[in-house]
Amino acid sequence: MSSNGTSDSPVKSTGLHVGEIKPGVAKKDPILIADGVRRQFGGLTAVDVAHVEIPRHAITALIGPNGAGKTTFFNLLTGFDTPNEGTWSFNGKSLAGVPAFRVARMGLIRTFQLTKALGLLTVMDNMKLGSTQQKGEKLWASVFPFLWKKKDEEIEVQALDLLTRFKLDAKKDDYAASLSGGQRKLLEMARALMTKPELVMLDEPMAGVNPALTQSLLDHILNLKKEGMTVLFVEHDMHMVRHIADWVIVMAEGKVVAEGDPHEVMKNPAVIDAYLGSHQDVDLGAVTGRITLPKMGKEK
Amino acid sequence: MAKSTETPVVVAKDLVAGYLPGVNILNGTNLYANKGELVGIIGPNGAGKSTFLKAIFGLVQVRGGSITLNGDDITGLKANKLVSRGVGFVPQNNNVFPSLTIEENLQMGMFQDSKRFDERLEFVTGIFAELGKRLKQRAGSLSGGERQMVAMSRALMMDPAVLLLDEPSAGLSPARQDEAFIRVSEINKAGVTTIMVEQNARRCLQICDRGYVLDQGKDAYTGTGRELLNDPKVIGLYLGTLGA
Repeated sequence: MSSNGTSDSPVKSTGLHVGEIKPGVAKKDPILIADGVRRQFGGLTAVDVAHVEIPRHAITALIGPNGAGKTTFFNLLTGFDTPNEGTWSFNGKSLAGVPAFRVARMGLIRTFQLTKALGLLTVMDNMKLGSTQQKGEKLWASVFPFLWKKKDEEIEVQALDLLTRFKLDAKKDDYAASLSGGQRKLLEMARALMTKPELVMLDEPMAGVNPALTQSLLDHILNLKKEGMTVLFVEHDMHMVRHIADWVIVMAEGKVVAEGDPHEVMKNPAVIDAYLGSHQDVDLGAVTGRITLPKMGKEK
Repeated sequence: MAKSTETPVVVAKDLVAGYLPGVNILNGTNLYANKGELVGIIGPNGAGKSTFLKAIFGLVQVRGGSITLNGDDITGLKANKLVSRGVGFVPQNNNVFPSLTIEENLQMGMFQDSKRFDERLEFVTGIFAELGKRLKQRAGSLSGGERQMVAMSRALMMDPAVLLLDEPSAGLSPARQDEAFIRVSEINKAGVTTIMVEQNARRCLQICDRGYVLDQGKDAYTGTGRELLNDPKVIGLYLGTLGA
């Protein structure tokens, strides 16, 4: 793999773990710890994670085949679903029984695989809705604009700033429903940042986004790390994972089966077998005998 | 390695189509597929890729332009008529009957010509050998990748002159995606003219004889798969540089 053209590979964070690399390895500075988290749907065990730690100030990718339990695990960690057993904590505080909105206020925010933009609100209103501590939300305060006007203006400035970064500022007065799939992904990510979170969890940020947009989306994610945030994301696009992830966690059948540096993990035979397949870095034209490649191996 | 012959199997000319009154998704799209060719259609979100396939298959009303199959005009024909004329279509989602067995699913694909079942079953299981061993299994119990195979097999039962595939790799993990593309290539090698819409553009162009880049309902670029893969404009606009 190479990223021709924009050859500025991002700086990876290293030395995140303590001791020998194995599933469930301890991290130097974990922001999120899950222990014995299990979720069953009837007879099906969707998630059965013995132990996993997410390193702080790093970008961690969660990968695995369809039905491995990645999204369910996301739901459990963010209070959208409750496990049958287990403990999980964020910044040392247990999140058991904490509802989703409170988890978000604690600084752990997530996005969804299928975007949940509010279509009949404008892009700007969607953004403002993401912000917390709005005094005007209270019934009595709402009739006294002088109480919240200043805060509201601050929020608007912050929202506009984020929209500009995500190149959505020109669309701020359009309804969110009029945005394309890719733009909705951007809006959802921008809205998530309105709360100034510590940990951002992205569920398939690239799914359905056209490849030309991915570069700018990647830059945004890398910027989050630069600004001191921690990122955990689920993704099927292995180029993206290799490009930006500092750490990779592989799930299969509800369990964590491998962890480590992206390049090492992707050489792991178990991961190749269960998930990546043997043709990962090969031109399928050659595999199917449709073209004969020159001797260099693969094309640039 | 385009195996071109005299007359194309499918020709779509200046196609205009859409869902809502007054809003056209396709604004004059052109495409042709020669006999035995594997043609890929890629393009950004909302470019009209799936709509284009649906328009060919009579699921979206065509407002302008024409579609011909082996020289005959098929514009505006209903899907069932198209199937009997030799157009096979595999939708992106919900493409099997989950409560029916694999065998029953395949029978559904050729109720218009059920006498040839055994002969066609042999052809299909020649490509998808694992399905032949599990004919009595319910389709609802299959994984996403396996369902995709059943759906493709069902479309192949009618011995179509052209097979239309809407994102055969959607929602599959990397290994299953590669497998799906290899299967598509095998189907094509068995002589079936194939038109495939794909989001995984790089993989699609790797196996295609020719490709089209759709943008805002028009065929913006066309060329062999290799030409498009290496075209700086296509890379910049659509492929991106990341997976190169």
